[in-house]
Amino acid sequence: MNKVIDAVQSDAGVQQALETALQQEFKEEWKDIAPLLSVRELNKFYAPGKGCGDINFDLYPGEVLGIVGESGSGKSTLLSCLSARLTPDSGNVIYNSERFGEMDLYACEESMRRVLMRSEWGIVHQHARDGLRMNVSAGANIGERLMAVGERHYGDIRAKAEEWLTAVEIDTGRIDDRPSQFSGGMQQRLQIARNLVTHPKLIFMDEPTGGLDVSVQAKLLDLLRNLVSRLGLSVIIVTHDLAVARLLAHRLMVMRRGQVVETGLTDQVLDDPQHPYTQLLVSSILQN
Amino acid sequence: MTANQLMIDVSGVEKAFTLHNQGGASFGVLDNASLQVQAGECVVLHGQSGAGKSTFLKALYANYSVDGGEIRLRDGEQMVEITSALPRRIIALRRQTLGYVSQFLRVIPRVPTLEVVMQPLLDLGVDAAICEAKAKDLLQRLNVPERLWSLAPGTFSGGEQQRVNIARGFIVDYPILLLDEPTASLDATNRRVVVELIREAKARGAAVVGIFHDEDVREAVADRLVDIKAI
Repeated sequence: MNKVIDAVQSDAGVQQALETALQQEFKEEWKDIAPLLSVRELNKFYAPGKGCGDINFDLYPGEVLGIVGESGSGKSTLLSCLSARLTPDSGNVIYNSERFGEMDLYACEESMRRVLMRSEWGIVHQHARDGLRMNVSAGANIGERLMAVGERHYGDIRAKAEEWLTAVEIDTGRIDDRPSQFSGGMQQRLQIARNLVTHPKLIFMDEPTGGLDVSVQAKLLDLLRNLVSRLGLSVIIVTHDLAVARLLAHRLMVMRRGQVVETGLTDQVLDDPQHPYTQLLVSSILQN
Repeated sequence: MTANQLMIDVSGVEKAFTLHNQGGASFGVLDNASLQVQAGECVVLHGQSGAGKSTFLKALYANYSVDGGEIRLRDGEQMVEITSALPRRIIALRRQTLGYVSQFLRVIPRVPTLEVVMQPLLDLGVDAAICEAKAKDLLQRLNVPERLWSLAPGTFSGGEQQRVNIARGFIVDYPILLLDEPTASLDATNRRVVVELIREAKARGAAVVGIFHDEDVREAVADRLVDIKAI
């Protein structure tokens, strides 16, 4: 777009052309885009009231969906069902795959789900040790995922690992160190680099800033926000921290006792909550 | 953008608040509110504190939901009805069309001022060098000292934060601008800068709806004063 502007700036007569171009681009954007993920009538209960039920939503490319609610509200259960790690009791999760086309996650081959998990998807766990291999080097943690999608050239792998360490603000001099030698914040950033190296379309995050102290949280949030907008990622993020949800999520689902009680644009849900539970949740935040 | 083009079309908007955790108390704020604003026009809302000016403005930004009525905003050739639009439609609208400046700065802690100001323009895919030049120009005009640009605004004074927020709000040439007391704690010099920015926005065809407590700002920018009770 900038090139267009530069090119036509000298010629006032081309102003019309520029406006037409702008409008065309605008229309392109609003062509009907298919959802990346569609969830229909999803249910998973361990016991009555424990789990999640009646879940329905569409996630579009580039959207960041926040799932908020108190501990035990079913957020993490839902995230596991959405990311092919926990088979639901009933319902469908339809994913629009680059590689396989439209696919029903729990009606397809296990092998297809595994391919997704290491290529088009990323999962950022609350505890970095659940998403990293703690006893191999940082570089190998990133490289492993590349090798899983068929990359074989050692030099290329190492170069990409360095590139991604830089992207998550880890000194490339630490490439041969093990994650166990990293601070909590660095481990979390390494986990993010490991996920992003295969250029996933969809990232699942479970309390990504959960175990970190406040000063590290802010930096990680800024990093995540920038990466998400720069790479056009779709994200489903589970958090009980409404401030994190406000900064990262485009829209929210508020869960209570396994049900979605309110859903909508993030700032609308937080600033003008309608459901009694959301009102309670929002009014319970300490103001500074 | 052509003159006399309808940019904002609000009809019959109703809004009440129900506080479920405080005995279910309910009070109506907007009752059948309607307003039309053309390109290049600045409408200033007035009325007593608590009359619903801010609520109305927040409804225009889709920050508050409404109980009835329609709010149509122009996005290029289309009018988008925002009370029923999908979240992603509203986010796209806010990114390129709909700007909102409040008196409070709400950003990720520890992000430097210059980046805070550049961000909305960067998100539109504009080249970083252009964003940076424009951000610097706005910060300079709003008298934010250069030595503060590389610092995060968290520790700034109220007035400084407010000016950073204004710079951020004006970095994109939004066709529709909503201003919720952006001049609340500014001195006369900086109020004049904001007045200039608003006039420039009007001159390029933006529709502006604002709330201003200072009479001088109101006088300087308003094409129409609208009593919130009367709309």
